[in-house]
Amino acid sequence: MAAVKETIDQVKTIDVDQYKYGFETNIESVKAPKGLDESTVRYISAKKGEPEWMLNWRLEAFARWKAMTEPTWAKVHYPKIDFQDLYYYAAPKSTEGPKSLDEVDPELLRMYEKLGVPLKEREILAGVQSTKVAVDAVFDSVSVVTTFKEELKKAGVIFCSISEAIREYPELVKKYLGSVVPQSDNFYAALNSAVFSDGSFVYVPEGVRCPMELSTYFRINEKQTGQFERTLIIADRGAHVSYLEGCTAPTRDENQLHAAVVELVALDDAEIKYSTVQNWYPGDKDGKGGIYNFVTKRGDCRGHNSKISWTQVETGSAITWKYPSCILRGDYSRGEFYSIAVSNGYQQVDSGTKMIHLGKNSSSRIISKGIAAGHSQNTYRGLVSAHRKATGVRNFTNCDSLLIGDKCGAHTVPYIEAKNSSAHFEHEATTSKISDDMLFYCMQRGLSEEEAVALVVNGFVRDVLQHLPMEFMAETQKLIGISLEGSVG
Amino acid sequence: MLEIKNLHVKLADEDRVILKGVDLVVPKGEVHAIMGPNGSGKSTLSYVIAGRDGYEVTEGDILWNGESVLGMEPDERAAKGVFLAFQYPMEIPGVAGLTFLRTALNALRKKRGEDEMNTAAFMKLVKEKGAKLNIDVEMLKRPVNVGFSGGEKKRSEILQMAMLEPTLCVLDETDSGLDIDALRVVSEGVNALRSKDRAFLVITHYQRLLNHIVPDKVHVLANGRIQKTGGKELALELEKLGYAGFTGKAA
Ligand SMILES: Nc1ncnc2c1ncn2[C@@H]1O[C@H](COP(=O)(O)OP(=O)(O)O)[C@@H](O)[C@H]1O
Ligand SMILES: [Mg+2]
Repeated sequence: MAAVKETIDQVKTIDVDQYKYGFETNIESVKAPKGLDESTVRYISAKKGEPEWMLNWRLEAFARWKAMTEPTWAKVHYPKIDFQDLYYYAAPKSTEGPKSLDEVDPELLRMYEKLGVPLKEREILAGVQSTKVAVDAVFDSVSVVTTFKEELKKAGVIFCSISEAIREYPELVKKYLGSVVPQSDNFYAALNSAVFSDGSFVYVPEGVRCPMELSTYFRINEKQTGQFERTLIIADRGAHVSYLEGCTAPTRDENQLHAAVVELVALDDAEIKYSTVQNWYPGDKDGKGGIYNFVTKRGDCRGHNSKISWTQVETGSAITWKYPSCILRGDYSRGEFYSIAVSNGYQQVDSGTKMIHLGKNSSSRIISKGIAAGHSQNTYRGLVSAHRKATGVRNFTNCDSLLIGDKCGAHTVPYIEAKNSSAHFEHEATTSKISDDMLFYCMQRGLSEEEAVALVVNGFVRDVLQHLPMEFMAETQKLIGISLEGSVG
Repeated sequence: MLEIKNLHVKLADEDRVILKGVDLVVPKGEVHAIMGPNGSGKSTLSYVIAGRDGYEVTEGDILWNGESVLGMEPDERAAKGVFLAFQYPMEIPGVAGLTFLRTALNALRKKRGEDEMNTAAFMKLVKEKGAKLNIDVEMLKRPVNVGFSGGEKKRSEILQMAMLEPTLCVLDETDSGLDIDALRVVSEGVNALRSKDRAFLVITHYQRLLNHIVPDKVHVLANGRIQKTGGKELALELEKLGYAGFTGKAA
């Protein structure tokens, strides 16, 4: 039996090339000229037919970005990115114009079919009770189609691309865009603010429970192209919404940049559940290629008794730099962060969360499960803080790491700032190695070593898996198995 | 038929030799017991049959149905029908017993070229086999062996055996930690599986189990070898006299 302690050699032959979303789609595209200056920003804004105020907002962000430097505090290493050697805008040629399902390039529809993303407004299949999911599909820089729009509209829910929202709902966008992640928040957020191309927009009005799961599917296809999507979700008083984001990219031996910004706003008694299954191309067995995923995600629990819950499953990307956070501004507001981060090959993950307690009696809960295999490095970085005036604040943090093999690393970097003596913060952390005895037990019962690892790992992440929407749980379990293929034996 | 020929085993990381020429034959349809003092290498023998890491076979062979298993991974051996009921079953946090059983069953079926069993058929089977061992579905929703009592662990091992239908069953101290009622339940579970197509190797320290699972032969393992082989009456003899005669020490 090739047990963990003996797998070091085998890990060298690790095969992360089994990435099954690695195909490329041949779609003619329209691109902005390579490189980045003010004219690039103007080009993107013009392509989108944006109003003046939007262009100015972008230019302001661009001016700020130029004065900023790349952050270096994360535990990730990569060659310097040449921001002039990238395309900042790429759109499939055929999608310039009105969008309805019938008008989408069939080649694109086929691609999404292949990825398992339902872009048909399928009704409940004969005898099978399938849950409806509305999808916004973002291909490179543009949203190609959004399904179930009409049905959502009846409920009063706005679900469309951010470009469309800028045109159709300027007052909402003006009021909320940048209100959670300001233009100058950080280097990547500033870059995104200047050149963001598309993304999703959701507004759920007062008292409305969104009648279906909303989801955005991001796909990077074009070479040497950065994807800078921008998502804005607003749950008005007493509104509820659950949103899922999925991502993949073709296998390429160059690194590609993905720098998204996601802003969530929950008003009084509102609730937003945001789930991510991130499976960008992680690079090959030697660490060549893969997506650089530098993302700013932040939720603002602006209202009394509001709630924001982040659930993330991170299996892809060469480098992940991502800290979905909650600003717990409202009294009695609640923030949650449930995370599974799997790294294999030469992947580097630096992820975690921030829970900023500003409101009285606000509470938060963090459960993070990091699994490192191969030569990967997996870091949990978290901050929990309580404001001087925020009395009765509570946090519970649990960070568990599981190591597969001994060439990988897991690190936990928790920061705690309680400026209020009534704050009650609890922190638990464990690091364990997947045990030979456990694997032997499973294998004795007939599981191959890889099946045994997948089973044990799925057990390890169960607490978090439970927080994913039902229809994605089985898929995610499989994905975790696939991501760890080649980690043993 | 299980044939163990002149088996020498040492620890992989140390120079300690544990088995020094074990010879043993268990034909299908028979139940053989292995008895011996603590530390005599009974568990080691069971592990080497199942293919656990950490042991090195320096001489000899283990054949199951005429084929050497020594070069096989544990899961290949399982696919050939080898099952080990562990002396200390492992806990697998977060993995429900039902998931574990179903994953194992379907992994074996796949390796044997059979179709996966669907959920309905699986649930029916597990309920039926569980009932005989006083295991209800609620217990199987709990993570495998986590927080189980000694008796629950052993019953769950036998349920796995009943579900996976192996042809070579090795039971390592299945009686330890069982009260008399649990011992009866477990023994009945084992006896129900006795058949002409199955061979059993029952490892035990005490004679008590063999009142319930009556063996065809009893072997005494001590000092790294089979010291004596006899019928079921040998177990009673050992109960009276202890292992002193085989180890050269007082029991
Ligand atoms: N993996 C191991 N590492 C170290 N020592 C071991 C290991 N396996 C067995 N031993 C030693 O080998 C001897 C036989 O052990 P074991 O096979 O468990 O005996 P039994 O089951 O008959 O009590 C004991 O002295 C035990 O400590
Ligand atoms: Mg033993």
